[in-house]
Amino acid sequence: MSGTSSSATSASPSASAPATGRTASTAKSVPRLRKRREHSAGRPKRSVLLTVLTGLILVYTVVPLLWLVISATKTQEGLADSSGLWFADDFALWSNIHDTFTYHDGIFVRWLLNTLLYVGLGAGGATFLAILGGYALAKFDFPGKRGVFAVVIGAVAVPGTALAVPTFLMFSKMGLTDTPWAVIIPSLVSPFGLYLMWVFATEAIPVELLEAARIDGAGEARTFFKVALPLLAPGIVTVLLFTTVATWNNYFLPLIMLKDPDWYPLTLGLDAWNNQAQTIGGDVIFNLVITGSLLTIVPLIAAFLLLQKYWQSGLAAGSVKE
Amino acid sequence: MTTLQPPVAAKPRRSRPPAQGDRRSWTGWGFIGPFVAVFALVFLAPIAYSIYLSLFRDQLIGGTQFVGFDNYQQALQDERFWDSLGRVSLFLAVQVPIMLFIGLLIALALDSGRLYGTDFFRITIFLPYAVPAVVATLMWGFMYGTKYGLVGDINSAFGVTLPDPLSSDLVLASIGNIVTWEFIGYNMLIFYSALKVIPNSLYEAAEIDGAGQLRVITAIKLPAIRGALVIATIFSIIGSFQLFNEPSILRPLARNAITTDFTPNFYTYSLSFNGQQHNYSAAVAIIMGLITMVIAYVVQLRGMRKGA
Repeated sequence: MSGTSSSATSASPSASAPATGRTASTAKSVPRLRKRREHSAGRPKRSVLLTVLTGLILVYTVVPLLWLVISATKTQEGLADSSGLWFADDFALWSNIHDTFTYHDGIFVRWLLNTLLYVGLGAGGATFLAILGGYALAKFDFPGKRGVFAVVIGAVAVPGTALAVPTFLMFSKMGLTDTPWAVIIPSLVSPFGLYLMWVFATEAIPVELLEAARIDGAGEARTFFKVALPLLAPGIVTVLLFTTVATWNNYFLPLIMLKDPDWYPLTLGLDAWNNQAQTIGGDVIFNLVITGSLLTIVPLIAAFLLLQKYWQSGLAAGSVKE
Repeated sequence: MTTLQPPVAAKPRRSRPPAQGDRRSWTGWGFIGPFVAVFALVFLAPIAYSIYLSLFRDQLIGGTQFVGFDNYQQALQDERFWDSLGRVSLFLAVQVPIMLFIGLLIALALDSGRLYGTDFFRITIFLPYAVPAVVATLMWGFMYGTKYGLVGDINSAFGVTLPDPLSSDLVLASIGNIVTWEFIGYNMLIFYSALKVIPNSLYEAAEIDGAGQLRVITAIKLPAIRGALVIATIFSIIGSFQLFNEPSILRPLARNAITTDFTPNFYTYSLSFNGQQHNYSAAVAIIMGLITMVIAYVVQLRGMRKGA
């Protein structure tokens, strides 16, 4: 839990004040839109049938998560003996959590801290670079702008996994493999984040404000931090959330770059625990794999729920352009 | 002598008027520079290095030698490569339409305002996006299991024997289900965000014309979110061609069904890290990258064409 709050609040605390102002307005406009629509296009009546049909998809979405929550309360024996969608006789959630954190001298805690490090520096850095770049694309005219834009958009089509092997070889020549940098540096670039920020900055920052700041004698840096940044707050939360998910959930990159389990993020650690059962003489700890999985997703889901107002408004602005 | 022109006037160097005036023409670089620098290091340099690697080969005699396009020729005749490409193509043809179609239906249902609890549906169906591929695959892998899983439960509860989801016949469909579960909500959100910004005046015009619900969907909503549909399709195609995480994590449970050359990406990974064939692996990766780019480009061209 503490993990998300730290990664979420790293988006400069001062940004929250104007953000609430903006989201209040977007939140207000949502019901208004719906209300207005009720007077148009066939006056929607609530439909039980449609709700039930959508409910089927909801069930499909929720059942695995429910299974995970229920299974996290079972011992290794209980997992085998009881039905997957109901509790076993003994409620072992707390002992499972305790065992997850203490197994192997508390390696899970170490993985959690690694993940927070990768998310803090990787996603935080990626968001910051995307803000700067998006602001430049939206509000400046500079030589080579079109070229930069074309190359970045083109690179998005290159499969990231196709880059992983040559990146690994390059990094191993530089002596960066098996260090946190091997995971953090590639995470710093988020073309999707740059695109979102560019669209958002185009909409959110009036040129007149920038001009006024410059006339008042503010330098470029000061104009950016004092004028542009507060206006970008909702977009920043959106980008930060998406880069956080990308970094938190990353598997392929650390799999290639890291050999030493001490540097694993959570995803790689869970995978290693799961594979342990397959090795001869390996300790079978499926109950810890399941509990660890639950602990891994709780912070992210909490962040999405708590910050939904912000990222929804950021996304809505992003789709204006399409 | 007196007609010495200031040199400034003699520099017609701009093709279009700048938004911010001459003084600031390079200022933008101060902001985008950091992104471009890291981008060059982690995107452009590896691409260049990959191309370089793909033109060489480690010979038993004579060490590393330039071999031109030999690696590419070898890849194009490599049955394992074609099999893996066929597998992800089949996956793409079946899984992507299903996923996008369901995502679109839910987005339209949310947007229609006819659901009870719209917000609850939207948030909950989106949640799997926050679940790491590792966790999603482990979860489904357990559930697929005939021992601990739901499949086992159903078998013992009803006295039936369901086909094993992890058998070689079904494992691709089972992976498709995992990916669908992960991304339905994400695609729904892309479509829903695009639907939200359709101007109300269009709906008012449709009402005056007496258009029904279906007509509004086909004539107004779908054309308006064309861009979002194209982007989601392109992302999904790229994702399908890159398929690696799910089969890799599921492999311990289905060793016979999921081979190390199950997908093109899995194949390049195995070549490089288990076989040390970095040069050949680079060639296969580049071919895959080119195929992906061409298909994404074609989809974009066809999708953006008016009146298709």
